[in-house]
Amino acid sequence: MGHSKAGALLCGALALAGVTAAGCGKGGEGGAAGGIAPQQMADALYAVIAADRAIYAGQVVDRLVAEKAIKATERFKEEKTLPLPAQMLRMGAEHAQKTNSSFSYALLSQWPINQQNKAKTDAEKAGLDFVAKNPGKNYYTEEKIADKTYFTAVYPDKAVAAACANCHNEHADSPRKDFKEGDMMGGLVIRIPVNK
Amino acid sequence: MSTRTSIVAWLLLTGLVGGFGAFRLTSSDQTLYLPDETSHGHHQIEMACSSCHTPFGGVQDDACTNCHGEQRTAADSHPASKFNDPRNAGNLEKIDARRCVTCHVEHWPEGTHREGYTLPVDFCVECHGDVGTERPSHAGMAFNTCSDAGCHNYHDNRALWEDYLKKHLGEPVVLASAKVLPRGVAVVAKETKSLGAKDQDAPRTVAFSAALVSEWEASAHARAGVNCSGCHGGTPGTPWTNKPPLTLCAGCHAEQNKGFGQGKHGMRSAVGLGPMSPAAARLPMRAEAQELEVGCESCHGGHSVNARKAAVDSCLGCHDDEHSRSYQRSPHFKLWEAEMNGAAAAGTGVSCATCHMPREKQSNSAPVVVQHNQNDNLRPSEKMVRNVCTSCHGVGFSLDSIADPELVRANFAGRPKKHVASVDMVEKRAAQGKR
Repeated sequence: MGHSKAGALLCGALALAGVTAAGCGKGGEGGAAGGIAPQQMADALYAVIAADRAIYAGQVVDRLVAEKAIKATERFKEEKTLPLPAQMLRMGAEHAQKTNSSFSYALLSQWPINQQNKAKTDAEKAGLDFVAKNPGKNYYTEEKIADKTYFTAVYPDKAVAAACANCHNEHADSPRKDFKEGDMMGGLVIRIPVNK
Repeated sequence: MSTRTSIVAWLLLTGLVGGFGAFRLTSSDQTLYLPDETSHGHHQIEMACSSCHTPFGGVQDDACTNCHGEQRTAADSHPASKFNDPRNAGNLEKIDARRCVTCHVEHWPEGTHREGYTLPVDFCVECHGDVGTERPSHAGMAFNTCSDAGCHNYHDNRALWEDYLKKHLGEPVVLASAKVLPRGVAVVAKETKSLGAKDQDAPRTVAFSAALVSEWEASAHARAGVNCSGCHGGTPGTPWTNKPPLTLCAGCHAEQNKGFGQGKHGMRSAVGLGPMSPAAARLPMRAEAQELEVGCESCHGGHSVNARKAAVDSCLGCHDDEHSRSYQRSPHFKLWEAEMNGAAAAGTGVSCATCHMPREKQSNSAPVVVQHNQNDNLRPSEKMVRNVCTSCHGVGFSLDSIADPELVRANFAGRPKKHVASVDMVEKRAAQGKR
């Protein structure tokens, strides 16, 4: 895809503003979408991820469970059931990583069932804390990991259904057992590398 | 010696050495370029350098995943995509787990451990050092025991998930349902009309014995309508061949051929090095079998295509290690004899193939297929517990048995002297009311 005039202008404007999205590199790779600011891109990715998750939870899992057609369980392969919505999101993140490594996303929590999913970096810790204390707000920052700079966004992740809270409350490895529907359970972290 | 003579001598010597090197590089014998012994998994194909090495590009990951891809996609708990996530950059600084060759290095026999990894055996500690705080039951355990029988393996932990163990707590040594899957039809034949001796269509110019025709007449091929020409040719446009190549069997038995090419029996054929011979094996083989060539016919027979022969007799015709020699004294063999004699129900006998080439069903709607990669359930051997042993035995007994090397050598004649604690840990947690 060629580099459109509008895209080039956006890249130029962002460069003047001191921000460079991954697609606005020296070679102008990234085509027409090359000028999108990291926050815009992160918000757009979040919209898609959140929408897919909501549709999967509502139109696939909840509907089929209500119809008693099939269950959704953690060991979905061996039990021949549906993956849980959170597992669907994780599998999507790993799949996206294989096909496009220019961004990454992960579902983290201060009370994760799998300890590998607790906050590791300062930005993750601050972001999870922020979204828990500021309902309705997202957290945006930049951080450096292994000499690379990332635009990091943390979006609140709530128990959208009673099943989310119940599953976490009942799981043997869950460090918190008093979740209720609508509670903040963690955050979705999206990372986009920026040229600095 | 004058300078001129020295230069000429140097040029001559360089030319000779270079020419010899170039000649050996292009010849079929490339042992000159073999740096050191390869592992038990690859030694048969060590002369097919290009199956792993790319000119000037080293060993690329796809050289490994072309053959081992399924292992990495079945239930891999450490996929490369996980480590490409920036939040795991700290772990990558310790071990670059995105690449196969970080952990698996060939031509390094003194540094290669069980299952073919070359990192120090306690490498798990690099990322899971705090496991004792997450799992108090694991506090104080040595990290060189992580991959012991009954516990974890890096790529596929299916057998040891807590939920799985919990479901199988308290199972008896032998399950009431002890039986393997019934055999499926190897392939759906185009012609389903059963053929007899009078139908054979070999050209008149071909000489053959009546015994061969009788063998074929009694075979599954004749029952499925596969005539002489189906394998040997001899029809207009296809010349007759006395020895049908492997590719011909593969034409109808693609799944079986795929497994065969991935296992030690067929990996040489799969990379174009010709058939494997017991003489080239590292396991002890019978003296009289050393020069055999391994192909479909060597195990199944040419015209009888005998699956029963292939399940025991063919194996013991070559294999001569302690485990193989002990089989005919084992309880498994007694069950096999009983089934073959008609004294026990179909599926209750345990042959070599029952464990090493098990009948598998990938999904409820898939046909039962014999896995012809005899190594598929031995990577690592604990994998056999989930795929094979638990068809007939309780999980706890299976884990204990596979963890006892003496019992494995004796081909399971006796009871395990080892005990794997993982089941007890799950039982204890369940008793504490944690789900």
